[in-house]
Amino acid sequence: MSRYFTDEHEWIDVSGDIATVGVTDYAQCQLGDIVFAELPEEGKALSKGDDAAVVESVKAASDVYAPVSGEVVEANSALEADPALINSDAEGDGWFFRLRLSDISELDGLMDRAAYDAFVAGL
Amino acid sequence: MTINQSGWRPEANADLAALQAMPATVTGNRGLMLEEALIFEIGATDRTGVDIATAPDVPSHLGGLSRDAAIGLPGLSEQETVRHYTRLSRQNYAIDLGLFPLGSCTMKHNPRLNEKVARMPGFADIHPLQPVGTVQGALAVIYELAEWLKALTGMAAVAMSPKAGAHGELCGLLSIRAALEARGDARKVILVPESAHGTNPATAAFCGYAVENIPATADGRVDLAALKARLGPDVAAVMVTNPNTCGLFERDMKNIADAVHAAGAFVYCDGANFNAIVGRVRPGDLGVDAMHINLHKTFSTPHGGGGPGSGPVVLSEALAPYAPLPVVKKQDDGSFLLVEEETAGDHHADGFGRMVAFHGQMGMFTRALAYILSHGADGLRQVAEDAVLNANYLLRSLDDLLDAPFGASGPCMHEALFSDADHGNGGLAEGFTTLDVAKGLIDEGYHPMTVYFPLVVHGAMLIEPTETESKAALDQFILALRNVAQRAKAGDEMLKGAPWYTPRRRLDETLAARKPVLVWEANTAAS
Amino acid sequence: MRYLPLTQADRQAMLDRIGAASIDDLFVDVPADARLPGLIEGLPLHASEMSVERHMAALARRNISADATPFFLGAGAYRHHVPASVDHLIQRGEFLTAYTPYQPEIAQGTLQVLFEFQTQVAKLLGCDVANASMYDGSTACWEAICMARRITKRGKALLSSGLHPHYVNVAKTMAKFTGDELVYQAPSLDVAGDADVLTDAIGKDVSCVVVQYPDILGRIGDLSVLADKAHEAGALLIAVVTEPLALGAIKAPGEMGADIVVGEGQSIGVGLQFGGPYLGLFATRHKYVRQMPGRLCGETVDSEGKRGFVLTLSTREQHIRREKATSNICTNSGLCALAFSIHMTLLGEKGLRDLAMLNHKRAVQVAEKLATIPGISLLNDAFFNEFTVILPKDARQVVRDLADRGVLAGVSLGRLFPDETALARGLVIAVTEMVTDEDIDALIAGLKEVLA
Repeated sequence: MSRYFTDEHEWIDVSGDIATVGVTDYAQCQLGDIVFAELPEEGKALSKGDDAAVVESVKAASDVYAPVSGEVVEANSALEADPALINSDAEGDGWFFRLRLSDISELDGLMDRAAYDAFVAGL
Repeated sequence: MTINQSGWRPEANADLAALQAMPATVTGNRGLMLEEALIFEIGATDRTGVDIATAPDVPSHLGGLSRDAAIGLPGLSEQETVRHYTRLSRQNYAIDLGLFPLGSCTMKHNPRLNEKVARMPGFADIHPLQPVGTVQGALAVIYELAEWLKALTGMAAVAMSPKAGAHGELCGLLSIRAALEARGDARKVILVPESAHGTNPATAAFCGYAVENIPATADGRVDLAALKARLGPDVAAVMVTNPNTCGLFERDMKNIADAVHAAGAFVYCDGANFNAIVGRVRPGDLGVDAMHINLHKTFSTPHGGGGPGSGPVVLSEALAPYAPLPVVKKQDDGSFLLVEEETAGDHHADGFGRMVAFHGQMGMFTRALAYILSHGADGLRQVAEDAVLNANYLLRSLDDLLDAPFGASGPCMHEALFSDADHGNGGLAEGFTTLDVAKGLIDEGYHPMTVYFPLVVHGAMLIEPTETESKAALDQFILALRNVAQRAKAGDEMLKGAPWYTPRRRLDETLAARKPVLVWEANTAAS
Repeated sequence: MRYLPLTQADRQAMLDRIGAASIDDLFVDVPADARLPGLIEGLPLHASEMSVERHMAALARRNISADATPFFLGAGAYRHHVPASVDHLIQRGEFLTAYTPYQPEIAQGTLQVLFEFQTQVAKLLGCDVANASMYDGSTACWEAICMARRITKRGKALLSSGLHPHYVNVAKTMAKFTGDELVYQAPSLDVAGDADVLTDAIGKDVSCVVVQYPDILGRIGDLSVLADKAHEAGALLIAVVTEPLALGAIKAPGEMGADIVVGEGQSIGVGLQFGGPYLGLFATRHKYVRQMPGRLCGETVDSEGKRGFVLTLSTREQHIRREKATSNICTNSGLCALAFSIHMTLLGEKGLRDLAMLNHKRAVQVAEKLATIPGISLLNDAFFNEFTVILPKDARQVVRDLADRGVLAGVSLGRLFPDETALARGLVIAVTEMVTDEDIDALIAGLKEVLA
């Protein structure tokens, strides 16, 4: 399994043709206390760059874009009851949704951990 | 010089530890700072503060729909009611208590004559569907106020029914859309400056338009070149706020309007800040096609803790035919006609429809008219002049200490904008923010200024003193704000805990949003 | 000018601090040809408090106020007695001249009132939660239709023929621009209403069914079946209540399965005021809270652990979501909500039920008396405090003739539905606790005279 990152601060774990998507620890720090996450419905077809989810803090709502194209196969229902998971474990239990990848080549342009860390360091 | 020969010495200000060591009281009250429980905790469903006459002994005709289950509405006796709300009122800041420098909100004095007038039975106790022959005085109020608004703005018509500013925006954009549709022109884009109020894009989206931002120039105004570059056959309107949310007059307003009109589009002006120019500038002379007027700002109808507002919309000749119903017209015999759906065909055939059930905020019309008549043409001009003078006085009394991002480019209008940045005068200390300055001001007895708006300035502090503040009141506020700002610059940790002296300290908004408790329930109530 | 405190000396001192030679220098950014050199012509100059009061009083006298005449109008706005303490308390400056409670530490008064108001409204309407109020009933109704569209992702709404025609017109106006499909027919003078028609029309493309209760003709009926049918089709039932006092006597829409209940709160604490400002009520189920428009107040704790209140879930709102907000609405109707809440607190459940029953029984009395007048028939046998009678002639003219005789007799269906000639003989009569025996006698006598 390999983990990719986008410059929109999303991470993607790929296992076979299933990609798990979340926001990075850096992103959750910037957002502050997360109070709500609106997740895509199962079966929804997303194209790369589409609005996929919304993550809300007290005073802000931020869109999460689909980093790759595919069909939503699962949303993280644990976030409904406990959106604070995004703060406490953004890159683990705080994942947002899983996609069945429709174009695996879209992963090619994404960053790896080292590249993302360097990207964040430059912000 | 002899000072304090009595031997009495003022005590030093309490420090944090001393404050926390204040003796507790069993009631939770602290002298005049009185705690007050919820009506659901102190009332009873079988207690009442109203004596109701006995109902006549006739059979019910409720169709078998009697409400038998308990509702759960507590009652209080009259004295308990008066106490409950009086105690709660004392936990509010208000214009009546002091200067209320909330930028973009125009918190000016609310004259009590206006309250008295609105309560005259001839205005307060008439029904919206009475025969029009029995409400000629009410229609006269609407007509008179409309004539004033047209004269003060130099516009052709005014739609009186919108219930608030955002509702007025909706009215203006719908008028624009109706005018475009009448000429078969399906434009889809509204351009909105970055610094706009949030209602602008929300309203445009509601009307089915795509919203695009126009950038600002370095001096805080609409970038005319960028605007011109974006104008085209798909642009329906440009929404501009003038004076804008940075407190600046859009110098290029006429050029903006000319360019917009040349492209076949309309100019919507957010009139939230009309107070700065009333009597000195008419928006109609600047090429505006539609502008809402917040009667609760410029014309001093009370804000009431968040409404009701009132947002009449003045319209240019081009948009006047599309104003919504109802419309009040004066007839040759001096009587007034209320044009609704029935007679629209004869008198106002192209109106885009109806926005509210009745005729708008009559209770606000009477107040605003009393305010306008009190000031007259001369007083209203003085309003703008004093509002702008007071804001500039604040700007120049604070800009040595706080960063005024547009202070160098000239005078401001009715409000002075500062940021939390360091532009040579020393920024806030590490870890200190605009919010800390705001909360510190609360301890000094003030409502904070508008903070973090407009979004184009980092850590924005937008101060609108209004014309009803005296120089002494401004000087005291300046003293307080300078002191708080200096503490924020010096990194005074006590400021992070502010406010200290309020009925409640900083509230946990994250908890409120994560686990919303929106109604009282006996078993879930907190301590 | 009595509201402006600056003296000429103050102004000069302030200009000196600013470094400006004159006030005109502060307006340099205004294009020269847009600067008004002097006063706008044709407008009067400032006036004393006394003379303004005289002018306004003269205008007020040109209206016939409800307190000066037998008065039977309803149809969306109702005349009830407002206890003196309500108006006294809402005029406390700390309520009257406060702003939206964005700084909660110094706005706990307004916030606690809103929390109590939300709870009172939710209980009265029979729902889980309510918001902190909207502009009025008609705009709340439209916002509910939009909310149903967001929840169901369907764009077709069925409006009952019993819905207030002005509410229908507001919705039609807005729908022209949003593209929502509205299905509506004017009512007919029959006792049953259109529940069957609506039930048959509910399909998988319908977002919501909107029914008024009691309806524009004063009819009341059980909403449970309609609610079930709507839910079976995946649609929502929206109930509109323009006379909330009714819910002290008859079942609340929420109890009968309505998903969203909106209303006009004017009749409790607010007063007629020629149509505004009024008070939109808006309540729904817990699960739809995030799709709700308008401000919400929520409970929380402060940094010392004490209970307090804040505006919450504001990410739904325009100042944060901008073009993605649930609504463009920025204000609520705060002071009217306060008046409603105070009046409701004074009443309590006992007072509310007693007042509701007094209204109902008075209305029954009037209905029975009217039914004895030859040529007049009562449309609906079940009603709260408002019902429709069918006159032997055009009701609109009858209303005007009675107004000439000093009786404001009700709202003619001709006024409400000018295009529907079949309704022209209908007159909607509201009877509240304010109506005296003498008023009833005057109505009866006047009607007999005008119809003779």
